[in-house]
Amino acid sequence: MPRGRWLIPLAVVPVLGLLAYGFRTDPRAIPSPLVGRPAAPFSLTTFDGKPMSLEGYRGQVVILNFWASWCYPACYEEAPVLEATWQRYRDRGLVVLGVDIQDTEEAALRFIRQFNLTFPNAPDPTGKVSIDYGVYGVPETFVIDRRGGIRYKHVGAVTEAVIRDKVEPLLGETSG
Amino acid sequence: MTRLVGVILGTLVLLAAATGSVTAAVVDEETVTRIASQLRCVVCQNLSVADSPSEMAKQMRELIRERVAQGDTPEQVVAYFVERYGEWVLLSPRPRGFTLLVWVAPFAALLVGLGVVARMATRWIRRGAPTAESLEPLTSADRERVQAELQRLRE
Repeated sequence: MPRGRWLIPLAVVPVLGLLAYGFRTDPRAIPSPLVGRPAAPFSLTTFDGKPMSLEGYRGQVVILNFWASWCYPACYEEAPVLEATWQRYRDRGLVVLGVDIQDTEEAALRFIRQFNLTFPNAPDPTGKVSIDYGVYGVPETFVIDRRGGIRYKHVGAVTEAVIRDKVEPLLGETSG
Repeated sequence: MTRLVGVILGTLVLLAAATGSVTAAVVDEETVTRIASQLRCVVCQNLSVADSPSEMAKQMRELIRERVAQGDTPEQVVAYFVERYGEWVLLSPRPRGFTLLVWVAPFAALLVGLGVVARMATRWIRRGAPTAESLEPLTSADRERVQAELQRLRE
């Protein structure tokens, strides 16, 4: 038996290492390069015909939510949470902005009525805003601080815990 | 004289503006497709923006067309998407950092394999063909048998 034969089973080690690394990372978790950067400006028109631009909410904490009426169940789960958050914190300088993507107006309006959503909601007919925010699915939610910087990106339904941990702390910050 | 220079300069400026606007208005669809084929359709599984029939890919192609029309180079357009979606949006990972492994590993494996083959081949060659000394001496029984076989051949 030639010497060095024991090296052959040893060759498995780096392969196993690579597999261990690969299986432990979630291929669906895609870190957004936008977190920590200034939020891209946009101006859309809401379903009821009012202008909705990020600039108009300077100095407020903005929850920018990308959704669609066909996004079941996640968008349906988070809609009541978003509405409740907007109702609870609007006096403390928070606004929820909804951007409806890849949708029909009829279905979107039905969704808004179903959950009695009262925060500004606008369609993104050209998809430009969603591409500008690197959106690859719905729902995706960006938390923007009072200085206009993206602080957090949430993929999937927004929960009470997300609001508590990621949004509430920003309310106490100043816009200066 | 200065007027002539002025007229010539003015014409040149106008010409430059005209050709500039012409190149900006006509978008080379091949360029758009070439850029789109490098980008991952973000709502699909393993499809490029060029190949996907989805609404999102259509909007992304429209955006690429717009940016090319504005005079962006293909690199700038790709960078625009990478800035927003991360390297993930590229269908072939850039040979940098951890993804460098994807590019280097196959060639490294090939080199190691070639090395092993070369070493074994030289070892076999060095060992060479068997010589009289390297063989075990014949037993008397074998010798007798060889003699017998030879005898049979001669007959």
